[in-house]
Amino acid sequence: MINRLVLENLKHRRLRTLLSALSIGFQVTMILTVVGISRGMLEDSVTRARGVGADVWIKPPGASAITLSGASMPVKILEYFRKQEHVTSAAGTLVIPIGGVSTVTGIDLDQFIALSGQFKYLSGGSFAGPDDLIIDEWYAQQTKKKVGDIVSILNHDYRVCGIVEAGKLARLFVPITTLQELTGNTGKISQAYLKLSDPGKTEAVIAALKKNLEDYTILSIEEFVSMFNVNNIPGLRAFIYVIIGLSIVIGFLVVGLTMYTSVLERTREIGILKALGASPPDILRIIVRETLLLAFGGWLAGLALSFGANALINSLIRANLQSVIVVDWWPIALLIAVVASLLGAVYPGMRAARQDAIEALAYE
Amino acid sequence: MSSAAPIITAEGLKKIYHVGDVEVPALRGVSLSVPRGEFLAIVGPSGSGKSTLFHILGGLASPTAGSVTIDGEDLTKLTDADRTNLRRRKVGFVFQKYNLLPTLSAIDNIRIAQHFGRNKEALSPQFHTLLKELGIHHRLHHKPRAMSGGEQQRVAIARALVNNPAILLADEPTGNLDTENSEIVLHLLRDLNQKIGQTILMITHNPEAAAYAHRTVHMRDGRILD
Ligand SMILES: Nc1ncnc2c1ncn2[C@@H]1O[C@H](COP(=O)(O)OP(=O)(O)OP(=O)(O)O)[C@@H](O)[C@H]1O
Ligand SMILES: [Mg+2]
Repeated sequence: MINRLVLENLKHRRLRTLLSALSIGFQVTMILTVVGISRGMLEDSVTRARGVGADVWIKPPGASAITLSGASMPVKILEYFRKQEHVTSAAGTLVIPIGGVSTVTGIDLDQFIALSGQFKYLSGGSFAGPDDLIIDEWYAQQTKKKVGDIVSILNHDYRVCGIVEAGKLARLFVPITTLQELTGNTGKISQAYLKLSDPGKTEAVIAALKKNLEDYTILSIEEFVSMFNVNNIPGLRAFIYVIIGLSIVIGFLVVGLTMYTSVLERTREIGILKALGASPPDILRIIVRETLLLAFGGWLAGLALSFGANALINSLIRANLQSVIVVDWWPIALLIAVVASLLGAVYPGMRAARQDAIEALAYE
Repeated sequence: MSSAAPIITAEGLKKIYHVGDVEVPALRGVSLSVPRGEFLAIVGPSGSGKSTLFHILGGLASPTAGSVTIDGEDLTKLTDADRTNLRRRKVGFVFQKYNLLPTLSAIDNIRIAQHFGRNKEALSPQFHTLLKELGIHHRLHHKPRAMSGGEQQRVAIARALVNNPAILLADEPTGNLDTENSEIVLHLLRDLNQKIGQTILMITHNPEAAAYAHRTVHMRDGRILD
């Protein structure tokens, strides 16, 4: 019976119910999208790192694993790597940030292909000159670039010579010597990949390398990709917490306002319920159930919206941001919506429960 | 009418409302005894304290002084929770403005009263007969706004009776009704009193309405006149 009353109340104020549920929905979407982007981008990094097909990854001392900024090693070190037992090929790359989370990667194309295999060209082909640029399909799609188009990166104009399938190492490739000269890194690389004759020997190779290169970070590719998680991105976890905090505040305010006006409007009805024998806890329960229903409806709307946001991000700005659907966060988002809504319902609920029945009945 | 112990006894009831610093005496010492099964009319000018008396008898408010016993229960000793219980079990209210819940159909208005009355039984055959006598059995699935004032007031009467209250308190039940509907409602109240011995207290401004009752008491300035 109470459920009937609650449903009829929500139905009676359809527009407001809808708008509040939508607000909660946006809050849920916000969380799911932020988490979806974080995870999508990390997964994309993992895919690209694995896509190289190497067995060992090496970076010089003092550089961050994720951003590769701050340090470099000489190109000549590749010779040393190649001489190691079981190593069949070694390739170095120079990674330069170009704003945001985007980077441009310098490669020696022959060296890289020797290790990783040929690029899958969707159009065009390999570097023909020093100012050529290979882009991946997502970048091409997002920026609407075709082979022959000019792309300016760090104040230098490159000509797109090829568009390749996404998922191998990077999104923007230029000849490494060009990038080294332009950025004052002549003869330097920021990371190296090794391919082994037998992947089973990975641990042995790493152990041998570490003896002479103590300060270097030398990881198997699986160890390397395992570092791409939320905890290893500086500030990401805190950022997600901030978003969650914000959406709790928004949910609290929206539901608080909705329930508050709804309680005020229903002053008389609450008086009637009390005259019929409803106790203050009875009244509180009605408000809480209405709130829970709002939160649940909002959550469902939020799930639907998050699919929309996901599709939009991946079709419009996939080169910068990648997003995935994070099903394991659905229950967390529900919990957040419920907690925020219940917080919002506390004051209106108490007010309704304490309302004087006689005054309420006299209320016009 | 029986000569058994009265169902309502009030002694020296006082009620003072505080409006800011001003004290508004609404009741200045009301004593009243109502035998079980009586149909009592209460008349008096506006502001004489009639509604206030009902609110105390119905457990919606507590008196500032004096004592009330309803069906053997001493109201002055009750906590808020006890008074809620009293409303559930012993009292049915009918108001001038019907006070049906606008979002619920007639039958759901009745069921919600059952729910809060902690009355888990299905509606009895007697109650269905009552609905027929009230002439609303074919209107039960309509919302209040689709019903006439007379119909709404009859639904409100059915709702007030669904938990078999010891007393029915009707505050100007015909105050918003035209003559025809007023007569229907007054006949119904008299029938209820005669057929099932329902104790009824009815506030009214209308002498014709008061004539339906066994007895009329007059109130003025928070007192009952002899
Ligand atoms: N909640 C309240 N706060 C302050 N004063 C009140 C309150 N309720 C009633 N009063 C005052 O108490 C007095 C009695 O009011 P009450 O409503 O009992 O009169 P009444 O006889 O029912 O009048 P009416 O015929 O107009 O319904 C009035 O002076 C009224 O202003
Ligand atoms: Mg009154």
